[in-house]
Formats: sequence, C-alpha cells, structure tokens
Amino acid sequence: MGSLKIENVKKAFGPVEVLKGIDLEVTDGEFVVFVGPSGCGKSTLLRVIAGLEDSTSGRVLIDGEDVSVTPPAKRGIAMVFQTYALYPHLTVRNNMGLGLKQANTPATEIDRRIGVASSMLSLEPYLERRPAELSGGQRQRVAIGRAVVREPKLFLFDEPLSNLDAALRVNTRLEIAQLHRRLKATMIYVTHDQVEAMTLADKIVVLNAGKIEQIGGPMELYNAPANEFVAGFIGSPKMNFVDGARLGETAKTIGVRPEHLTVDPKSGAWKGTVVHAEHLGADTNLYLDCEKAGLITVRIFGVYDAEPGTTLYATPEPGKTYRFGADGKVLK
Amino acid sequence: MSIATRSLPRAIGAHAILLTYTAIALFPVILVIMNSFKSRAGIFGAPLTPPAPKTFDLIGYTTVIGQGDFIHYFQNSLVVTVGSLFFVLLFGAMAAFALSEYRFRGNTLMGLYLALGIMIPIRLATVAILQLMVASGLVNTLTALILVYTAQGLPLAVFILSEFMKQVSDDLKNAGRIDGLSEYTIFFRLVVPLVRPSMATVAVFTMIPIWNDLWFPLILAPSEETKTVTLGAQLFLGQFVTNWNAILAALSLAILPVLVLYVIFSRQLIRGITSGAVK
Repeated sequence: MGSLKIENVKKAFGPVEVLKGIDLEVTDGEFVVFVGPSGCGKSTLLRVIAGLEDSTSGRVLIDGEDVSVTPPAKRGIAMVFQTYALYPHLTVRNNMGLGLKQANTPATEIDRRIGVASSMLSLEPYLERRPAELSGGQRQRVAIGRAVVREPKLFLFDEPLSNLDAALRVNTRLEIAQLHRRLKATMIYVTHDQVEAMTLADKIVVLNAGKIEQIGGPMELYNAPANEFVAGFIGSPKMNFVDGARLGETAKTIGVRPEHLTVDPKSGAWKGTVVHAEHLGADTNLYLDCEKAGLITVRIFGVYDAEPGTTLYATPEPGKTYRFGADGKVLK
Repeated sequence: MSIATRSLPRAIGAHAILLTYTAIALFPVILVIMNSFKSRAGIFGAPLTPPAPKTFDLIGYTTVIGQGDFIHYFQNSLVVTVGSLFFVLLFGAMAAFALSEYRFRGNTLMGLYLALGIMIPIRLATVAILQLMVASGLVNTLTALILVYTAQGLPLAVFILSEFMKQVSDDLKNAGRIDGLSEYTIFFRLVVPLVRPSMATVAVFTMIPIWNDLWFPLILAPSEETKTVTLGAQLFLGQFVTNWNAILAALSLAILPVLVLYVIFSRQLIRGITSGAVK
C-alpha cells in the first residue's frame, strides 16, 4: 500500500498554466524526488497530491483510489513543510499527536506511536517543550515526527532542508534516508537542490515549466540525460555546453561534464586560458576561456596548481560527450 | 542603540519634542481631573491651579454618585463598548480571514467594498438608521447601539486585520488541514493567536470612539434605562445653569474604565504597531 498515480494533471491560476499535463506513476515504497528550478511547478504538484490545491483537470489516485475530491486529512498522507509549520501553542508531544487526536485514535495508541517516532528521531528529551524552545534542526525533526506518527500511505516533503544550515542539512538528509529505509514507506520529496535529489532518490522526476522533462534513477539521469535541460540540471558543477558549429560538428550543441575533461599544459583538443581556479581540496574546479569552446569548467580530482592566465589544453574523454539537436533532445 | 548612533544634542532635541507633545496631549485631561476635585469657586477663581486645602471639594463626585443612576450609565457604556468590541473583532477577523485566505471570484472587489466604510462616515446615515431602528422596534435599547457601533467599527477592522492575516504562514494552515482541523479550528486556534497584537490595535482604535460617542446614544437610546455615561453627563449641562463640578467629576470617572481596557490591550498594542516595522 502506498502507490500513487497521477493522470494528466493540469493546474492553472487564472490564465497562468503552472502544470501542463503531468502523468506519473509511483510504486509502493519508492522514494521519488521532484526536482526543478523555482517556478517549475514542483511544489504545486505536491500540493495537488496533498489536496491543498485542486487540480484544474486530471486525476490523482492513491492506492488506486481517486482522491481528487477527498480532503487532505482523509487521503492518508502526511506532509513536512519547509518552514516546519509547527503549532506554536502546543508542546512537541501535542504537535505530533494532534492529527491522530482529530482522527479519534485511542490515547494509548497515540502515546505508543509518539514513543516510537520520538525515539526514532531522538526527540524524547524535548517532548514537553514548545517549538519556540527548539533549534531549527530539532523543529524539523518534530515536523518529520508529526508525519511519522500518522503512519501515512504517502510522505510528502516540501523542501524540508531549505531552512537548515549546511551541516544540519547533511545530517537531516541522512536521517530522512534512514527513515525511508526503516519505514519502507512511499515518499515524495520536492527540492530545487540536485544534490538532495541525487543522494535520496530511487527515482527522480525533473520538472521544468510545468512539464516533466525526464523520469529516471539518479545514475540514469546522470549518464543518459534525455535533453539539454536535464543534462544541465543534474550534476555539479554544471555540464559545459559548446556550440556544435564552432567545433565543426553536425549537432547543435555538444555537452561535456566538467569531470569528463582532462587538462594538459602542452597539447589537447581545446586551447584555453585559466580565468579562475577554485581549490576545494578533494578536487579543483578550473574555469578556462577556450578559443574554440568558450568559457568552460573543468573538474580535476585532487589538487592541481594553475595560476590564472596560464595556458592549458582541455580534452574531453572519449565517449563521454553528449550531442544535442536543435530541439534540445539528445541525438543518438 | 549603540554609542555610535547616540549624540547628546540629538537626544535632548528628541526628548524636548516628545515632552512638549506629551504636555499638550495631557494638559486638558489633567485640567479636567484637577478641577473635578475643586469647589465651584475654586474652578472659576483659579482654573489652572491644583486643588489647595481651601478649594478642595468632593461635591462633584458626591453629586454624580448621589444622582444614583450614574452607576447604571456606566454599566450601559460598558455593555455597549465591550459588546460592540466583541462583535467587531469576531466578525472583522473572520471576514479578514476569508478575504486573505480564500481565492474566490470578486475577492478584491469584496475587500474594497468592505473597506469603503472607512471613508464614509456612518453618521451620514443617521436618519435611515433611526428609521430602521424604529421599524424593528429597537429604539431605546442597547442592542441598537451595539449594532450601529459594530457596523461602524468593521471596515477598519477588516482592512487592518486582513493585511496581518496575509502574513500568517500558509504552511501552518496547510499543516492544520492535513491534520484534519476544520477551517474554524484553524482560524481560532492557529491564526487568531498569531494576529493577537493586531487585534489589540484594532480593539483600541475601535473602543475609544464608541466609549466617547454622544451622537448615537442621544438619537437611538436617550431613555433613562439606556443612557450611556457621555449622555448622562449632559444631565448637568443646563441651558442656564451648568453644574461644572458634576460634569468634570463624571468625565474624570468616565476616563477610568477606558483606561483599564487600554492597559489590558496596550502590551499587545505596542507589539502590534511595531511588528510591521521591526522584524
């Protein structure tokens, strides 16, 4: 239990079409991440699934049941919000228990579930505190706990890590991954951060301008992007795109990932000058201004000393370039 | 404030301006209270001096309290003010919630329509209101006053509160919806506590004109049973003889309840006024 099917869902706010026909199937126990730039409709899609927003047309099915007109509380979902959205006047315990209380769950059952969830998220010491007395990371754990106690068919996460600082984000990401492994529940996760998408997802749905660009596993999207948008969105630093005509190629655009370029001070395919070097320790990002290819990024594993102004030759690894047609689609 | 932004002349200047304003604002109030403790001769002989042993006299207060019904007038004023305040805040907040929360056709138009009342004085409609009250048999009842004051207070309340309600996090309301709270519970338990400072602001702005109003009590409820304090004080204002002692004493007493209400709201009020400016 916990499958989701979305059939041709469209959503318009007045004349503005935010979702332009989304079809998606999520099987039980999957961790699906919606990723895309801001304004691509990923949060709206999540809200449609939650029932917080009505779709203009199309159907949403949870466990094969059409829930298009079911109120959010009756859909068997739980949601974690970016801003935590904890009830400020309730203690952690009551924050977690409120939904169950509304559904007339017996008190002993509520206590049991709160016990399980709070030990899972190490929230026991804070059960009697109010949200104002907690740190950001603790608040987000409470919000996750509030979702866990409901034992929903579907977990919905709306950019849950965006309000946390970088170190906490990594920890909480790990916790969410472990939670998924332990609960084996279906989770849908919205983010604009492709790193979160790559690290958490079983299946990534890349959205752009209200349409699905590609659906697939993290490695599938990385190794075989369907189009220029997905190729540019997945991977960090971003893939280099070079005008095909400048390289004498038939394809409109040639793409090569920064990590698939090698540099050599003496010879290579593209001659260029170092504009800037970022030393990250584990790897080095070089920005090269190439005569043929324009400004490109090269990622070198380990330390590489290169002063700005130095001349270097960059060479794409054979078989690791992508060719895109005029419509942005990948050419076979 | 850090030391770098503090300068003595500027501080003196600011304090001088504020103190002058305070003095101007408080002067009439102090004059009324001072003179209410003086004899008639004292009031007219030296109106600007504080009560001295020679001029001290409680005749005003004994007259007011001896008049017997004044306690009753106070009660009426309090019932009308608190009653209207309750309805203004309740309906104002609910309308504001609907306007800020729900997308429906004519939302903006409805908001403008409700705000229109801020610009049109309700007194323009006195004749129509009186006819309405006569027709519905509400003349000389406190209900009539409460209804009129509720109508009078609503536009500003809706206008101010809907601005504040827009700032309440959508996520919080949505979390409530997912947890199965009804829209009423979301409103009363989640939203109202968060906009409490702004509701206090609205309460104060609504309360004072109602308490001080003479117009509607005079027209809609002038009977002995329903007289409010401001109207009751007119009792001492004769065409030929005016009992200044009693009037000043009545006015001094009338300040008290409103002061108490103000103190109750003021803690919230300061937060309400500054909440937009200071995060």
